Formats: sequence, structure tokens, C-alpha cells
Amino acid sequence: MQLVLEKRAERSAVIAVASPLIAVALAVITFAILFAIMGKDPIRALYVYFVEPLTDSFTLQEIVVKATPLVMIAVGLALCYIANIWNIGAEGQFIVGAVCGSWLAVRTNGTDAGFWVLPAMLVMGTIGGALYGLIPAICRVYFGASEILTSLMLVYVANLGLDYMVRGPWRDPQGMNFPTTAAFDPAASIGTLFAGTGRMHAGSIIALVVVMLAAVLLGRMIMGFQIRLVGAAPRAARFSGFNANRLVLFTFAISGGLAGLAGIIEVAGPIGHLDPGVPSGYGFTAIIVAFLGRLNPVGILVAGLFLALTYIGGEGAQISLKVPLDLTKVFQGILLFYVLACDSLIVYRVRLLRTVRKSVPAHA
Amino acid sequence: MLESLGDIFNLIFSVNFILTVITASTPLLLASSGELIVERSGVLNLGVEGMMIVGAACGFAGAWMSGSIAVGALCGIFAGMAMAAVFGILTLGLAVNQVATGLALTIFGIGLSGLIGASFVGEKIVPAPHLDLPVLTGLPVVGRILFGEDPFVYISIALIVAIWLFLYRTRRGLELRAIGDNHASAHALGYPVLRIRMLAVLFGGACAGLAGAYLPLAYTPFFIPGMTSGRGWIALALVVFASWRPGRLVIGAYLFGAVSILGLALQPLHLGIPQQMMNALPYLATVVVLVLISRTRGTAGSAAPASLGVVFVPDR
Repeated sequence: MQLVLEKRAERSAVIAVASPLIAVALAVITFAILFAIMGKDPIRALYVYFVEPLTDSFTLQEIVVKATPLVMIAVGLALCYIANIWNIGAEGQFIVGAVCGSWLAVRTNGTDAGFWVLPAMLVMGTIGGALYGLIPAICRVYFGASEILTSLMLVYVANLGLDYMVRGPWRDPQGMNFPTTAAFDPAASIGTLFAGTGRMHAGSIIALVVVMLAAVLLGRMIMGFQIRLVGAAPRAARFSGFNANRLVLFTFAISGGLAGLAGIIEVAGPIGHLDPGVPSGYGFTAIIVAFLGRLNPVGILVAGLFLALTYIGGEGAQISLKVPLDLTKVFQGILLFYVLACDSLIVYRVRLLRTVRKSVPAHA
Repeated sequence: MLESLGDIFNLIFSVNFILTVITASTPLLLASSGELIVERSGVLNLGVEGMMIVGAACGFAGAWMSGSIAVGALCGIFAGMAMAAVFGILTLGLAVNQVATGLALTIFGIGLSGLIGASFVGEKIVPAPHLDLPVLTGLPVVGRILFGEDPFVYISIALIVAIWLFLYRTRRGLELRAIGDNHASAHALGYPVLRIRMLAVLFGGACAGLAGAYLPLAYTPFFIPGMTSGRGWIALALVVFASWRPGRLVIGAYLFGAVSILGLALQPLHLGIPQQMMNALPYLATVVVLVLISRTRGTAGSAAPASLGVVFVPDR
């Protein structure tokens, strides 16, 4: 007997909708088994991870806070991935966005600079992230270097750059020698939406707008059509005269800009200052969010909230179940495996074949 | 200025520096040798970093519990192979996109290594012993460089020689290259494309696992989460740098090994360059080298295996 793949005559519409749900279900089952192996009660563990955060107004707001950067970055990455362009350095673009925007916050710290500071910071963060994203795009378009490797390498460079800034020129003189900038002034901070009940902030609204704009871009605009065409049928796109190079630059600038915006929102919002702990892997988790959301902006919104839930659930589980925080990353990785495997079933059908033995004639 | 140039010169040609370069280069050489075979078979496994870090965690765990470096190395190898098997089942069995699966493997591996390694953080082991031959190791200058290394260094050299012989001097090697260059034709000729690719992927996993295990077993005798710090990605870039050829891979690995420890080595000279800038050197060098290599090669004469990263589903 043998398992083989067979191409479906048409993409299965049922599985296309169901595949992320099947993947989540399989990942949760695997997770339960993992808990059982670790000697924890799986039912209670799953409750702590996936239900408990939803029962409290503070943790509900925390989920939205976590989902905000994830969704924003993932929407940008999805634009790249649809066109078969591989930006995997969103983490670096996130950092550079945070650093560029923070420059203004550090410079205006303690002055009576007005309301314009925050909007200017957001713009600078976006531009910084976009420019940083353009580096691998330019390396690919003009020199033919693989954008996968260059974008990833620049994550490490960005991390070290951030480290230098907060340990060197931007270190808070009153900070007891800790590597951190001074806390941002109110004019340079994003306030919470519901003071006293949680940390949800206006950045989440920006994320919603980003989702809507991306949906419009992909569904209604010629650029979105080009992105989808280049991904689905690169040869056809070439023949119809679409400029593939321009698309690489465009998608990298957009995704870098969104990651940069997410970075400065994170710093001006929930964190409130710049320190080496700002990058926390959102740029990589957003890759999972993009695929779980099937590269669709609205799907990404749902997927981002779900991945945020696993973060908050993981923090809860660390306290109440005494399990390491890394378990969340393991779950996220397993989830991505299942998502990719289930996506394959949209195009292929798995068939069980009986190995046919040639019958040998009894006499010659 | 001239004085510090002289200092740098003396440092680079000191025996100690060369010894450190060799230890820094060995994990790069091991990991990229495996990936070279994988890519030559037409598969792009971007999960080297993930396989390495799991190899590091399992290698340390194995060595710490057994007290034996060899057992640790074997644990690392098997861990890398197990990770590679997941990649192989998804990309070869289910025809999933190789880039996305490789990324998933790295994300998963970083989490898993943290989980495995959590209970070992802060523990120490006795690192792998260095070769010590009666007369040879005592020779001036070359003695310690040639005859005083740890066993992994000799394994990495033997491995790359074996890979060269396999690729260019055996029939199986020719088959592997044929599959990487045109899987449809190889399939039509009756070669089991997916089976050979699976073996290549497993071999790549074993090498990455060993490379990862090298770090806590010989480089630093303890485990730190995330201790591979991008070496898996640099190994991937090295394969491109080497134009998919074993000989150039050795040169590349040693060049990058030297660049990666240059920052650390120059620290005592107080050159006034921020330490973070020096630490960023290997990553910046990778970008620059990729740009230069890709540019000089142009679009027409790409040395990459023609079927690299292309999904193959055999039709019956």
C-alpha cells in the first residue's frame, strides 16, 4: 500500500474555507497530547490556554493589544507572499520603525512640544520601516540576491542597532544605567482607550483600518490584481507587461512600512519607552498569522486574535500550570505545520493505493 | 593609526586567532555541507537554523545526562534528522511550499529547543577533548593548528571531502545532481525522485543537528537559548556563496568564521568602533557577499540546481 498525491481537477472550495479550522483543531489536539506527556491535565491546560483569557476584561484587552502588531505586520507580509515574494525580515523592519519613531520622542523629551509629536512619530516609523524593507528589495531587483536571506540577515543588524542606541546615545541619564531611553512624554504616547480597565489603545483602530485598506487593495485595485496575478501565474503576468521588479519594491515597501508602523505603535503605546526588549518576535509570529489567515486581510484579523490568545494563554499557563513560556512557540510552530499541510489538500487529494502485483502466468 | 593596523595584523596571524577561526568555522561548514547536498537534490530547506538549535539543545542534554560527548553528538544528529523528517514529510509527501515549511521548521525549532533546554540552562559539561599526538601536536605554529583540534573539526573536513567524492565520483552522486537539475527527466528515467530527496533531506538534518550540537559540546561548554544566533541562516547563504560546490564551501565557511569572530578578537585593541557594529559584521558581510555573488553571476549563468525549490508531484 502506498500514499500518493493526486491533483484535484478544481481547487476544493470546501477545504479552502475549512483548512485553517482543521489545522487549529489538529494543533489543539496535538497540544493536548503534549500536555498529557508532560504530566499535566490536558483539559485544564487547554482551558487555561484558550478559554480563561476570554473570561476577563483585562486579558481580553491584552489579546487585542498583542493582536495589533501581529495583524498589521501580517497584512503586509501577506501582500508579499501572495506575489511569491519572501519578506521574512519583518522583525527587523519592526525594530527600525520603532527606533526611527523614537528618535523624535527622545529629542522632544521634556520640552513642551505639542500634539504633532505623536503623528510625526508614526509617520517616521512607517517611513523607517519601509526604507529598511526596501534594502532587500533593491538587492533582489538590481543585483539578483535572494530576498529571503538578505531580509533575515537585516533582522540581526537592526537588533544590534537598537542595542547600540539604547546603550549609547539615547540612554536615559536618570535610568540607573539601565539600557533604556527615558519614558516618553504624554505628547509622544498613545493613550489607552478605556483608562483603568486595561491597556487597549488607539493603535488597534489603525490596525483595523490597515485590514480594510488591504482588503480594498487586493479586491478592488489594479495593483492588488497584479500582486495576485504575479503570484498565481508569473508567466502570464510577464506577457501582459506587468513590471515584476516594481512589484517587489512595492510589496517590500508596504510590508516594511506596516511593520515599522507596528513597531512605533508598540513603543509609543503599551511599552512607553525604547529598550532592547522591544523586539519580541512579532515579526516571525506574523508569518504564522499570515498563513493561518490564508493571506486574506480579514482572515488575518481573525488569525491575529487567535495567535494573540495563545500568547496571553501561555503567560497564564506559565503561572498557573508552571510550564515554560516556550511552549507557546512550540504550539505556534505546530500550528503552522498543520496550516501548510491542510492548505496542500486544497489543491491535492491524498489517495491510498494498493500496490498492484503483476500476476505471473503459471505456465509459459 | 599605523600602530593599530600593525596590532590588527599581528593578531590576525597569531596562532590563537587561527585556532578560534577554525572553531568558529566548523559549525558553519558542517551545517552548510548538509544543506549543499539537500539543495543539490533540488530541495530548499530554510529550516537549518531550527534544526541546528534543536540539535544544540538535544546534544547538550544527551552529553549532560550520559557524560559522553559522543552520545551528545549522536543525540544532536538524531534530533536534526527528526526535524528534517517533519520537513521531508510535508514538502515531499504533501507537496507543501518549501520556503514556508522551512520557516515553520525554524520557528518550531526555536520554541522546542527552549523547551528542551530550559532545565539545562546554567549546567556545564566538560567540552570535547582536543587531539594530542606525542610529537606532532608539539610542533611550533602548525602543531596545534593541524594536530590539536577537537574531533568535530576533523569530522567536518572528512565530511566535505566525502561529499565531493560522492557528488563527482560516484554514480549515486550523479543521480542526485540529475534529480536536482531536472526532476521530471530523472523521474522519466525511473529514478525514485522523492525517495532520494528524502534521504538528502535527512542527511542535511543530520549535519545541521551535528553542527548545532558542536556549539554546546565544543565551542562553549553550556547551553544558552538561541545560541545558534543566525548561524543556520549564514550556512544557507554560504551554499549560495559557494555556487553549490563543496570546494568553495570550505573557503566560504572559513572566511565567514573569521569575520564572525573578528569583532570579539579586536575588542582588546580599543579601536573606538562600537561593539554592536563589530557584532553586526557577519550579517552585513552576508548581505554584501550575496549581492556581489549574485551580481557577478548575472541572471543567465546561475549556478543553482535548476529544480531548486520547485514542488514535484510524480504523475503515474
